[in-house]
Amino acid sequence: MSSTRQGGFLALELDGAGWDGAHLTRAVLAAESAGFHAATFTDAPAPGRANALQRAAFAGPATRTIALVPEVDTVYTEPFHISTQLASLDYVSGGRAGWIVTAAESPEAAAAVGRPSVTGAALGQEAAASIEVSRRLWDSWEDDAVIRDVATGRYIDVDKLHYVDFDTAVDFETRADFAGAGYSVQGPSIIPRPLQGQLPVLAPACLLGEVPADAVDAVLVSAPAAELLAAEVRDVRSRVAAGVAVVAELDVVLDSRGQAAAGRVAGFGSGRANYAGSAAGLTDFLTELLEEADGVRLHPASLFVDLEELGRLVLPELRRRGVLRPLVQDGTFRDLLGLSRPVSRYATAASNAAAPAGAGK
Amino acid sequence: MTQHNRAKSDVFVPSGQIQFGVFFQGVNSGTIWKAAESGSQTDFESFRRIAQTAERGLFAAFFLGEGLRLREHLGRPHALDVVGRPDAQTMLAALASVTTNIGLVATQNTTYNDPADLAHRLASLDLISGGRAAWNIVTTDNAWTGANFRRGGYLDHADRYKHAEAFVETAKRIWDSWETPDGPARRVVHQGQHYTVDVTPRLPRSAQYRPVLFQAGDSPEGRNFAARQADVIFSAHPKFDDAVEFRKDLVERSLAAGRGANAVQIMPASEFILAPTAAEAAEKKEWVRSLQIGPQQAIAYLEQFWGRELSSYDPDGPLPEIDPVVEETSETRGSGFHGAKARQLADQWRAEAKDKGLSIRQFVTSRTARVDSTFTGSYVEVADQLAEFARVGAVDGFNISPWLIPSGLDDIVNHLVPELQERGVYPTEYRGNTLWENLGLETPVRSSDAAAEAVRA
Ligand SMILES: Cc1cc2nc3c(=O)[nH]c(=O)nc-3n(C[C@H](O)[C@H](O)[C@H](O)COP(=O)(O)O)c2cc1C
Repeated sequence: MSSTRQGGFLALELDGAGWDGAHLTRAVLAAESAGFHAATFTDAPAPGRANALQRAAFAGPATRTIALVPEVDTVYTEPFHISTQLASLDYVSGGRAGWIVTAAESPEAAAAVGRPSVTGAALGQEAAASIEVSRRLWDSWEDDAVIRDVATGRYIDVDKLHYVDFDTAVDFETRADFAGAGYSVQGPSIIPRPLQGQLPVLAPACLLGEVPADAVDAVLVSAPAAELLAAEVRDVRSRVAAGVAVVAELDVVLDSRGQAAAGRVAGFGSGRANYAGSAAGLTDFLTELLEEADGVRLHPASLFVDLEELGRLVLPELRRRGVLRPLVQDGTFRDLLGLSRPVSRYATAASNAAAPAGAGK
Repeated sequence: MTQHNRAKSDVFVPSGQIQFGVFFQGVNSGTIWKAAESGSQTDFESFRRIAQTAERGLFAAFFLGEGLRLREHLGRPHALDVVGRPDAQTMLAALASVTTNIGLVATQNTTYNDPADLAHRLASLDLISGGRAAWNIVTTDNAWTGANFRRGGYLDHADRYKHAEAFVETAKRIWDSWETPDGPARRVVHQGQHYTVDVTPRLPRSAQYRPVLFQAGDSPEGRNFAARQADVIFSAHPKFDDAVEFRKDLVERSLAAGRGANAVQIMPASEFILAPTAAEAAEKKEWVRSLQIGPQQAIAYLEQFWGRELSSYDPDGPLPEIDPVVEETSETRGSGFHGAKARQLADQWRAEAKDKGLSIRQFVTSRTARVDSTFTGSYVEVADQLAEFARVGAVDGFNISPWLIPSGLDDIVNHLVPELQERGVYPTEYRGNTLWENLGLETPVRSSDAAAEAVRA
């Protein structure tokens, strides 16, 4: 994809920043000033973790450049709420929002909302359905639906609002076994089209298949060890369309303040590929990895400690080597991913012609 | 924080104070969008501007409403009023980062949410904001809104408060069961007719213990529900006599529910049209009304009840002589029509308009609900009026719907607030950082299974 020419991007997982507002602000500002392109917010049901989307929203007004990308579950949360919340995140961040699609597998998540546990292929089906509803709802207001026409007294042009008529039974016809309780959503959305038109949707590679590759804008790729990441990235790239970004997931623990990485975090292990060592070593590793991947998401062992090393030593050197994409103040997340702003699927030919191509936010 | 809390008492004691909230309505018919000064209803900048102005004016709270399906008119989305608004909690989380003391109130429906999920999200907002979150509990249910949700319109109207009460009790138990210095988080299990919850809370208590609970609903069941469960009721009774009557009623209900006479605060929805002099304010009101109810709005208002297109009628002429097509409608479409007998109503209105010599537009202007919730006058006059509310304790405050976004609070903050402060009926600083402290609420009511635990001060 074209992004290879522009250089890659780096995302930082901010999970360690917890739930305290002041702490969150400090973390996201540190990530932004260190030069990260995106901050992500985990949402697994672990103690001490506040809602990911709200953490991202809180970070919105405090920042200007960094994309804010929460994980949001698709299985036990209402698709209509998800769509509205994500569109709202796009508004409060000035078009810098994205969505990491997750499909909760834990029996705890099911019990919390009193539903039977969803497993196997059904997880992907739920995710696919939820992405499809959200995308339709985001398109359900054409860009110029709010007309504020004093002469006719019309605030909106109702011809530019659309019912999404989503129904799992119809849309997933070929899957009579749709495992979630079937449901439908009428729409239109209760919020105008997001600033980006469509938020970038990121999904882990394990959901591909049930989630069609053309339903997502980026795929997150994991591997059991750092040496295997580049091959895994190549494999996933061969399965997705040219425009879909491929992002590698990497745990990092760096030598810091005179302490070796190995000694700093004993047993830091998530099942993801892991880099432990010097900042210089990581810089070389990322330089190579970004030749294959469009971006890398770093999961620091200890947020502030590793972030300090990354900001001081790793990112400046990567930037000097021309490996990283330039940062754009007030740019959108789509801009960062090299995606143009799509026209609403419901837009009529007439309004298509009238709307300036790739109209900004 | 406890030193500001009011003690439980069987006798109602006026606080002698008025506090303000701002109700950023989003979807509504009262916010003027036709004036040149009117800004975006969805851009963050509008919300930031209103919230920061309110905070400068020491407002207790910033409210957002909710509606989970677009209102319709004659079978299509309603075109004339402000339409579309962001999700309440997402917006409030963002506002938490650009404000420091103001409470953040999210209207959230009990019918189209899951208790564990909503309780967790509200607790998140409460923590992120440093103890400033509140939940305005609404119970609206209908199959039409339900069409956007997995469960559909599953709830009988008669059950909505029973359901809401189980929902809120469950949420309170979840907030009560967080891990504390005295012990780990406890599992909360609820098995009910409509939902089952089995969850172990995963967030600590906030600085204000749990989100403050507001309730908006006016039926006897709604008031009883508020008397049992809520900290503040967002009422629709801002006129003096009505407000005094409502207070009496609510105090009785609170006592009957085993709570103190002061347990539930009252904040009616209101609108302020202010100017340096009474004459200027009256003139301003004319202007505001003419923009709120233009010719098309007047016709559309009648169309809701006539159930048919009336665009051929002259808004400045008499009411339509033809009859409504719907005899009775049972299903609300979010436009405020609750199944009155349409033909009877039409006859009544025609007679009234003829009697008073009113055109369609004048008639509709005279009928809209907000006429009753408006304070019009000079800053001094209105401040005197509000001081009287404070003296007798008719209300605890007003929830102000600005008719202009984003500058609609400027005159209130710049002129009315100082007048009230001079009269000693309005705060001169925030009492604390949490909404709980700033409202001066009584100690939170614990859910029964956690009542034995000490409240963390
Ligand atoms: C002042 C006030 C504000 C309200 N705001 C909302 C709102 O934003 N969203 C909503 O769904 N319902 C709202 N409601 C509706 C109530 O939740 C409730 O459904 C309605 O009043 C009917 O209940 P009742 O029969 O007890 O009055 C509001 C009600 C009042 C009185």
